[in-house]
Amino acid sequence: MNYDLFREFADSWGLVYLVILFVGVILFTFRPGSRDKADEIAQIPFKEDETDG
Amino acid sequence: MNNIATVCILGLATFVAMMLSALSQDSLFSAHMGILCFILLCTTIVFLRRFEFAPSGAAVSPPDTSGYMDEIVRYGVIATLFWGIAGFLVGVVIAAQLAWPILNLEPYLNFGRLRPLHTSAVIFAFGGNALLCTSFYVVQRTCNARLFGGDLAWFVFWGYQLFIVLAATGYLLGITQSKEYAEPEWYVDIWLTIVWVAYLIVFMGTIIRRREPHIYVANWFFLAFIVTVAMLHLVNNAAVPVSFLGVKSYSAFSGVQDALTQWWYGHNAVGFFLTAGFLGMMYYFVPKQAERPIFSYRLSIIHFWALIFLYIWAGPHHLHYTALPDWAQTLGMVFSIMLWMPSWGGMINGLMTLQGAWDKLRTDPVLRMFVISLAFYGMSTFEGPMMSIKSVNSLSHYTDWTIGHVHSGALGWNGMIVFGSLYYLVPKLWGRKSLYSLKLVNWHLWLATLGIVIYAAVMWVAGITQGLMWREYDDQGFLVNSFIETVTAIHPEYVMRTFGGLLYLLGALIMVYNVWRTIRGDVEEADKPKLDAAIPAE
Repeated sequence: MNYDLFREFADSWGLVYLVILFVGVILFTFRPGSRDKADEIAQIPFKEDETDG
Repeated sequence: MNNIATVCILGLATFVAMMLSALSQDSLFSAHMGILCFILLCTTIVFLRRFEFAPSGAAVSPPDTSGYMDEIVRYGVIATLFWGIAGFLVGVVIAAQLAWPILNLEPYLNFGRLRPLHTSAVIFAFGGNALLCTSFYVVQRTCNARLFGGDLAWFVFWGYQLFIVLAATGYLLGITQSKEYAEPEWYVDIWLTIVWVAYLIVFMGTIIRRREPHIYVANWFFLAFIVTVAMLHLVNNAAVPVSFLGVKSYSAFSGVQDALTQWWYGHNAVGFFLTAGFLGMMYYFVPKQAERPIFSYRLSIIHFWALIFLYIWAGPHHLHYTALPDWAQTLGMVFSIMLWMPSWGGMINGLMTLQGAWDKLRTDPVLRMFVISLAFYGMSTFEGPMMSIKSVNSLSHYTDWTIGHVHSGALGWNGMIVFGSLYYLVPKLWGRKSLYSLKLVNWHLWLATLGIVIYAAVMWVAGITQGLMWREYDDQGFLVNSFIETVTAIHPEYVMRTFGGLLYLLGALIMVYNVWRTIRGDVEEADKPKLDAAIPAE
């Protein structure tokens, strides 16, 4: 793969792929019902002492 | 437990190191392999002396593998403190060398050799050990699982210490491949690759066998740090050695490609070693110390992905006004400015965790340390994007402003969050009710903060002075100042910078004393619990 092909791929399909992925991540994070799930996960650090020696 | 295989491998490795030393092509490689041989020999003897003998037929006692693997975290805490003091001390020495050049002791202890020793000691030895031990602690706690791979974690720990010693002794001998923050030569790079893959296996393995359905966000940051550093290390250190029995190697890249690869590496070392990994600490230890969950878990997810997506492109801002194509410079600048958003999102997420618990700052100097750390994170991630703007960079680049910026990030953000995390960890790991003295934590906090503020402020003054003097033209278009005039102009700032660094070192020494007394199990009289009234710390 030469430089020009590489460059063209990067600023067309590569760009589209990364933007879709990133927007997808944001949409997924704010999907309905995610708040309760997130609040539950945020409690993980406080569970440790149950099994701590 | 008898490590017969380990002893055999160590003995063999000692022999190989001796042979490499004897057969080497140059004296530097010979000396370096001699050092390696000595270290391996000592390690072999230590292992031999730890042999246990049981009566015929009886089994040697098996190791205890229940519960969390905390012994390695205890070792990591001590190693972090040890390398921290070493790194800060060398920093003070090189600051003094710049102020008083007479202190350059040729050839082993001149500025050119001590400077990479300082940067590697604070970033990779102090910061790296802090990341190792906190990641091992956090991943076990948040996955509710023991570290994967058994003694592999110990290989990672001691292998990493070996890497540090080889890198450090190499710098003093004058062995370098001249890539900033990637100075070690090819054979040390190969060793680090092996250790790093083992680290990834231990960390990933622990996540895979977690008993908690979710992977807590701190582990995402730690994992991103491990994976990305592996990728950066492999690409930037792609080189061909001149001889397998010599130190010298040539980079696989040349010219501007080499420069861009180096700063793609260099800036992502900041982004993933000094930011992502330390954010892993932040997302665990700040909520623990504040006894409140993170302000917004969803913001932390956005923070993570935005940081990952943006950081990797920011490197070209180190190469403004060079042979790098203009579009690449602009790309680096634009991504650097965009980085401001996730950085501040993360800072706000950390600070707002204290919402409803701000009163704790009056009584808890450890929490104060985290807040100062986040404040410096916010400040340096504002300053960085600003400096990446080409017109600002034309004034700031190559001046001490850059040094000031790096230190407000490294001493303020990285240093303080490590101190805070260790102050949290030490009583837990050694089973003490509290630290020896909160008063001393407070002394550490203010000495360090004062040191950073002095350091950053005088470097701003020095940097802008330099920048303005370098670009000053007279009517005929000649430069007004000779280079040496710009150096003598900032001598007072260099002296003050040394003083700022000394304060920071002093604070760290107080910490070592405090940690040592805590491990011994002492509690200062004044700090014995007074149950009748909550008294704010000064």
